[in-house]
Amino acid sequence: MMAAPALFGLLALLLWEGGVRLGGVPSYVLPGPLAIGQAFAADPALLLESLLSTLAVTAAALAASCVLGVGLAGLMAASRLLRAAVLPWAVVLQVTPIVAIAPLIIVWVGDPFASLVVCATVVAFFPVFSNTAAGLASAPAELVDLFRLNGAGRWQTLRLLRLPAAVPGFLAGLRVSGGLALVGAVVAEFVAGSGGFASGLAYRILEAGYRLQVPRMFAALALLSVAGIAINAGLGALGAWVLRRRGEA
Amino acid sequence: MLAVEHASRRFPNGTVALQDVSLRVGAGEVVALLGPSGCGKSTLLRLIAGLDQPNGGAVVWQGGPPAPGSIGYVFQDATLLPWATAAENVRLPLRLRGQNAAAAAPLVAAALARVGLAGFERARPRELSGGMRMRVSIARALVGRPRLLLMDEPFAALDEFTRHALQEDLLALQRGAGCSVVFVTHSIYEAAFLARRIVLMSPRPGRVVDIIDAPALPSAGRRLDPAYAALVARVSDAMGRARAT
Repeated sequence: MMAAPALFGLLALLLWEGGVRLGGVPSYVLPGPLAIGQAFAADPALLLESLLSTLAVTAAALAASCVLGVGLAGLMAASRLLRAAVLPWAVVLQVTPIVAIAPLIIVWVGDPFASLVVCATVVAFFPVFSNTAAGLASAPAELVDLFRLNGAGRWQTLRLLRLPAAVPGFLAGLRVSGGLALVGAVVAEFVAGSGGFASGLAYRILEAGYRLQVPRMFAALALLSVAGIAINAGLGALGAWVLRRRGEA
Repeated sequence: MLAVEHASRRFPNGTVALQDVSLRVGAGEVVALLGPSGCGKSTLLRLIAGLDQPNGGAVVWQGGPPAPGSIGYVFQDATLLPWATAAENVRLPLRLRGQNAAAAAPLVAAALARVGLAGFERARPRELSGGMRMRVSIARALVGRPRLLLMDEPFAALDEFTRHALQEDLLALQRGAGCSVVFVTHSIYEAAFLARRIVLMSPRPGRVVDIIDAPALPSAGRRLDPAYAALVARVSDAMGRARAT
């Protein structure tokens, strides 16, 4: 059962390669998996360096999302007024298409790396924030009463009850945000790349597209997919490990 | 020790949960609040705990309002911190009051031993049975040596075997701790078994319709004692009369 996804993937690749060869499809329209592998092997350093650049933006954006998301959710848990004031604006941030505001962010921030991180953070921030906020509010009312009965202050309740209760929600949000940080980084790189700033795998995709190096485009896409899968699986494993350690899984 | 004087509670949606409720709880006394579901028993318990305020009347404490930690509370579910061990859960009230781990350790160990959970200090809630979790909850309520223990249908979710065992343990613990106990139940048998005074409440809006003083029953074989059976019959009869009026 464990090998089923790998076997299915292998079968799909075989069918893809066979279909391309038998159909005589030119590689500038749809390259087969072998041609994509050859494109990667021709200059792996270039693509891997770009991947590292994209991952650096992703990691920085995810870290920023965690700090901002948990911090804001914590402040909102401490103050109803702040919650009422901030929540609608957080939703506005979530529903605003990053493609539309990325050029502005790039112009305003100036520094290329920082502007990419800001764009990716805008995309990745909301799941961590909303899941943590929901987790902070999920502490059972009876336990909140117990804390009150024992004279606990707001800070003690936050530290000893609400924040630990929010950990499962935070971890679920982190997993979603991990994927979104990668998506945000790529979108921002596309926008920046269109403006001539060479950075990350998205720029390599743009560049290969301009040069009709379609197999290299696919190789960059494959690397992005692998990175996305690795981020998702890694954060999923981290979450499972933390919950197991806490006796909740 | 405390008196509830003509307390009423109306919720913002207009529901009247309690109407002109008065009762007294003496030091070391076990009082049962008995009534049908939704009659305001839990609301009354929250008023006594100070977790809610009456719209009319008052809860008056002899010697002034209770200090933080002088009331232990056991809920219908054990409501333990799922990420904490049994010992950490029991230590919680002491920690909230600023007692450090070293000073609290012997108190926590003694509280767990009293409820029969010595050796389970490091167990997480999900590793314990429902009855064991409730024992941890009772140990948590008693660890700070409260003057008053409030219990909101603490055994309602447990099977009959566990319930009987915990009822007997609770009596022994209460005698040892010397605290007063007010517990909510909708079981006549539980009220008759545990309480020295049974406060019968009417359906919503909750009012006190009768207060029955229970005879002193023997510690052992209490359920077989004819006085226990007579008390159950008396409470049943009083409930029937309350329904008829």
